Amino acid sequence: MKLREIAHSRTGDKGNTSNISVIAYDAKHYPLLKEQVTAERVKAHFAGVVEGGVVRYELPNISALNFVMEQTLGGGVTRSLALDAHGKSLSSALLDLEIVPPSDQ
Amino acid sequence: MRTIRIGSGAGYSGDRIEPAVELAEKGDLDYLVFECLGERTVALAQQARMRNPEAGYDPLLEERMRAVLPLCAAKGDKKGIKIVTNMGAANPEAAATKTAEIARSLGLSKLKVAAIVGDDVLDACKSNDLPIMEFDGTIRQLGNRLLSANAYLGAEPMAQALNAGADVVVTGRASDPALFLAPMIHAFGWAMDDWNLLGRGTVAGHLLECAGQITGGYFADPGYKDVPDLARLGFPIGEVGQDGSLVVTKVPGSGGAVTAPTCKEQLLYEVHDPTKYFQPDVVADFSQVSVEEIAPDRVRVSGGRGTKRTGTLKVSIGYLDGFIGEGQISYAGPGALARGRLALDIVRERLKLTGVAASELRFDLIGVDSLHGPQVSTHDNEPYEVRVRVTGRTEKLREALRIGNEVETLYTNGPAGGGGAWKSARDVIAVASVLLPRELARPRVHFLEA
Repeated sequence: MKLREIAHSRTGDKGNTSNISVIAYDAKHYPLLKEQVTAERVKAHFAGVVEGGVVRYELPNISALNFVMEQTLGGGVTRSLALDAHGKSLSSALLDLEIVPPSDQ
Repeated sequence: MRTIRIGSGAGYSGDRIEPAVELAEKGDLDYLVFECLGERTVALAQQARMRNPEAGYDPLLEERMRAVLPLCAAKGDKKGIKIVTNMGAANPEAAATKTAEIARSLGLSKLKVAAIVGDDVLDACKSNDLPIMEFDGTIRQLGNRLLSANAYLGAEPMAQALNAGADVVVTGRASDPALFLAPMIHAFGWAMDDWNLLGRGTVAGHLLECAGQITGGYFADPGYKDVPDLARLGFPIGEVGQDGSLVVTKVPGSGGAVTAPTCKEQLLYEVHDPTKYFQPDVVADFSQVSVEEIAPDRVRVSGGRGTKRTGTLKVSIGYLDGFIGEGQISYAGPGALARGRLALDIVRERLKLTGVAASELRFDLIGVDSLHGPQVSTHDNEPYEVRVRVTGRTEKLREALRIGNEVETLYTNGPAGGGGAWKSARDVIAVASVLLPRELARPRVHFLEA
């Protein structure tokens, strides 16, 4: 299944860095997010977009992960050549990530 | 326990005005905050001020103030609603003067308007030649390309203005959450070294500062996250207690929704390490925050904390960064994708043949791969229409213009059926940051009476 089935997401921007939250709709899916939505997978998913490192932060109280992706916004929001200079649409791309449901593991 | 009600009347400079009017009319507010100053806005405003010393504040200031001042002024035994805003941009004094003038013209005499000045730290930055955080280089290396340097001020000068009886506080560059923290410090007398209270207040400010982004804006995804009545989206109200406790809500009957998911998304918006959210007044810690739906459109937020502030202030510097030229044209129907790709190839070759001096070029097909590039974007179906987009960075305006021209000439020289060509060339004001020793910024409060 797609990540979209169990989580929602929002992108924020600061300079050339983008952050994407991944928030479980239901707290019971948080362990699944922690296990499968790793910083490495997010970096690979955004091949050609994220040029720097990806760091993941965990927020168990709200069943959320926060990914901070460096060198992602074409040199920075204020100077980027990109149509979506803020990278606001990146969250929707991340929700396309494939997740293996626990019953299939 | 005492509670204050703070409304958030704008999340950016061009935001809708009716939701702020709705808040002032029906929100039972004590304070109404307008966050209107984007990263780059202050640099643009500084340019406007250089051309005209009376200009340089938010272009919508007059329209907003005319809409809300009559509703916010105290009348008889009805207490007024205090306004806090960063609409001062590069010229808080002129903005305050204009606000007082508007108040007079509306018959609202005795309104006290405070301007916070001192965020402009261009001289201090130049004389200290500070290193730039985003790339290798220093302030001095930018030379005369440097346009502006504005420190993110904290809540203290705004709280002082409120303590001194201001009805309207107009600041320039200040931290966005501090616009909300100032009324809390003023109302509750919080100490400026009570880090946990300041941290909790910062959580509240951070959640409220983007206005509609916590009431269902920037959230809807049909079938997954449905939000009612976005055309009449209500803006948020924070009910903040003396202990920093927070309930987020909105005017009953307004559009949108305040739910645990809307609050969670906004909590992490533009946040990096959630244990270290750097602010001028505190380093806030969002990592232990919890949210709980306690009634429809009422969410309790708890668990914010804070640690001691750092010795520096973040300064946003604006500088000239060359030009960007752009051109677009559309293709439709059978073979649209192939003709779009052919168009891109032609422009790529033309820019080479004619020697356009661009340091960076980008070739996109809108509707195919323009947002996330060819590696992320995957397609099963041929799109009905595509829009070619070519953009490039140049040192001279003349070169930027040539990029759009090479797209436009596809009309008569390119693939069949190209339509709707459009071009632009603009100068780029980029923004970067430096850290300034805190004591080098000296905020001051100036008062005006309507």
